[in-house]
Amino acid sequence: MEHIYLDNAATTPMAPEVVATMTEQMTNDFGNASSTHYFGRQARMVLDASRHTIAQSIHAKDDEIIFTSGGSESDNTAIIQTALAHQDQGRHIISTAVEHPAVLKSLAYLADLGFEITYLPVDETNHIDLADFKAALRPDTILVTIMMGNNETGARMPIHEIGQLLKAHPAVFHTDAVQAYGLVPIDVEADHIDLLSTSAHKINGPKFIGFLYAREGLNFLPLIKGGEQEHKRRAGTENIPAIAGFAKAVALIDDETRHKRQLKYAQFKQQIIDYLTKHQLNFSVNGTLEATELQHVFNLWIKGVPTDVLQMNLDLAGFAVSGGSACTAGSLEPSHVLTAMFGAHSPQVAQSIRISFGVQTTTAAIDAFCQALVDSVQKYFEQQARKI
Amino acid sequence: MDNSKTRVVVGMSGGVDSSVTALLLKEQGYDVIGVFMKNWDDTDDSGVCTATEDYEDVAKVAAKIGIPYYSVNFEKEYWDNVFEYFLDEYRHGRTPNPDVMCNKEIKFKSFLNYATDLNADYIAMGHYAQTYKDDQGTVHLLRGGDANKDQTYFLSALSQEQLQKAMFPIGGMQKKDVRQLAEEAGLATAKKKDSTGVCFIGERNFKKFLSEFLPAKAGVMQTPDGKIMGQHSGLMYYTIGQRSGLGIGGNGQSNEPWFVVGKDLEKNILYVDQGFHNEKLYATSLKASGLSFMTNETKPETFHCTAKFRYRQQDVGVTVHLLADNQAEVVFDEPVRAITPGQAVVFYDGEECLGGGTIDAAYQAEKQLQYV
Repeated sequence: MEHIYLDNAATTPMAPEVVATMTEQMTNDFGNASSTHYFGRQARMVLDASRHTIAQSIHAKDDEIIFTSGGSESDNTAIIQTALAHQDQGRHIISTAVEHPAVLKSLAYLADLGFEITYLPVDETNHIDLADFKAALRPDTILVTIMMGNNETGARMPIHEIGQLLKAHPAVFHTDAVQAYGLVPIDVEADHIDLLSTSAHKINGPKFIGFLYAREGLNFLPLIKGGEQEHKRRAGTENIPAIAGFAKAVALIDDETRHKRQLKYAQFKQQIIDYLTKHQLNFSVNGTLEATELQHVFNLWIKGVPTDVLQMNLDLAGFAVSGGSACTAGSLEPSHVLTAMFGAHSPQVAQSIRISFGVQTTTAAIDAFCQALVDSVQKYFEQQARKI
Repeated sequence: MDNSKTRVVVGMSGGVDSSVTALLLKEQGYDVIGVFMKNWDDTDDSGVCTATEDYEDVAKVAAKIGIPYYSVNFEKEYWDNVFEYFLDEYRHGRTPNPDVMCNKEIKFKSFLNYATDLNADYIAMGHYAQTYKDDQGTVHLLRGGDANKDQTYFLSALSQEQLQKAMFPIGGMQKKDVRQLAEEAGLATAKKKDSTGVCFIGERNFKKFLSEFLPAKAGVMQTPDGKIMGQHSGLMYYTIGQRSGLGIGGNGQSNEPWFVVGKDLEKNILYVDQGFHNEKLYATSLKASGLSFMTNETKPETFHCTAKFRYRQQDVGVTVHLLADNQAEVVFDEPVRAITPGQAVVFYDGEECLGGGTIDAAYQAEKQLQYV
């Protein structure tokens, strides 16, 4: 059976160019970038070049890029370490109810330490209200952490506006850009961002590598303690092949490519809507279809069909979509994002799936997926009569 | 035979029996899907949840066999349909059988319905029980091939509709052969210890577990003729015929050990007496309710068969008199020790399990024994 992958917000396949770059690195170079000999210098050269490529991609300086193991480590470092470094100036933090668990769990940890967290609510389109943000901002607010784009619905948060509002405020501004990086243009200068988290594997790079952008002059202690790598902000021998692969993945995405992809993904959404409408499927889009949103994420409420059942039946038919995150015993947990949008007891929370597109997604694949979706839903309703 | 178009959803618990169940079906060419049921939130204080470990075993086994696997959460269904019943029976001084209820309400209902959602033709379980389909298409439940492991007692409340959808691929096997198959196939669960006790309590202290949900009311412990022997810590902790836990020495008329011979829920009295074979422990008949039979054919009003009154007991010959409202009077060929209200009475005709009901009361001749 052919398997079609429509879960690119979870992870993406590595680009062939990335595989080639990494293979070459692993085959030819193995040095430790901290070593003061030939092999070390070779590794250092790759590290510096990669850092430069990546810094350019967000309009940052090379030294502002800290390589980490990925989005979770970047978020943990950004949130916990800066909060601890600034706690003498205040203990209030602003975030949203729909952040990634790496952010929410870091904040929960800080709350246990006595920090006060304000979680901004979202509306039914998964957007925050800037008025809520302004109202929440206090003189003792030391950190604002708001995601750039949501991983479940693709909703964009008003990062630029918040950055402007914080220009005249001492609070540090962090944004989790794991889902947005590589999909939309990012300019940390223009948006006045102090800290920004990314992950390579969401943009066809390798897993277990990412970076944290930290504005020059922003001081905090490293989360991972040890050697003096990454300007003493992240200990551990750099994973040069992964970093080189990450830089390659970044280099593959220029403004035009990015723009074309967003347009292509928007067309996929319309293709799905048209097909489902034509086949009279009872559904609704969770979020908006605005062109400003992250286009690769598409969240649908399939009315009357439980998420887990639909996700499994699509999987068994060869289509990989997401039904949310699973607990350690494998069963799906209700989405905190849909809960924040619609309320805990709303049907959307129990009857929605997330489809996410990638560079390899084709119109034909979307068409096949639509057929499978309609087929699965019809079968589901037929089966209800057979239950005991 | 081409089984590839027949979809079977296997209830995989992370144990060796359900692992081999999935293995055999896969070898027979079925379209096999493994589904793990999480019925109880058992996360302990250190955050360890045995369901996680069991699910990880399911993942390992399913990957080895080459089948897709998923997990489904039936915590709410289990709580509402099994655990509430379980507590309620204890509240009434009875000794419930949650496994019978779990099979009836969860494994062969919630899970079966879930499998239907996955377009399954059958569900399969790792029970030691067998089925046989007769010429009319009626499915009969037969005892497991391993007499020591036979689990038909726990399946006794299933309906024909439920049996029609059930497969028990290891039902005719010996346990040791099941383990050997698992080992030969390199399954991670080949040497895993069998789970013991009631599934949601596991290895924990039963008394402590129960006390977290039901208030224990201490009371008097006395002999049937009124001699106070001490205190009991709550009637729910005692089962008819049970020896341990009485906390009284040999201060009776003989040196024989003491047993629970009765309860008075209203007065909160626990009756104890001496001797394993104490006459108060022997009943000659019982009354049962909630009777169900697995085949839909009409039973005669009175018939003779054999019966079990608890798991792993030798069958006893009985005469069943069916009464109105799915009740029955069951008269034993010989007196039976420690008939326990709340437990299942299960009927057999030779190797076939006919069905069963719940024991409500035990009688010695015409006199009801004070068991609840």
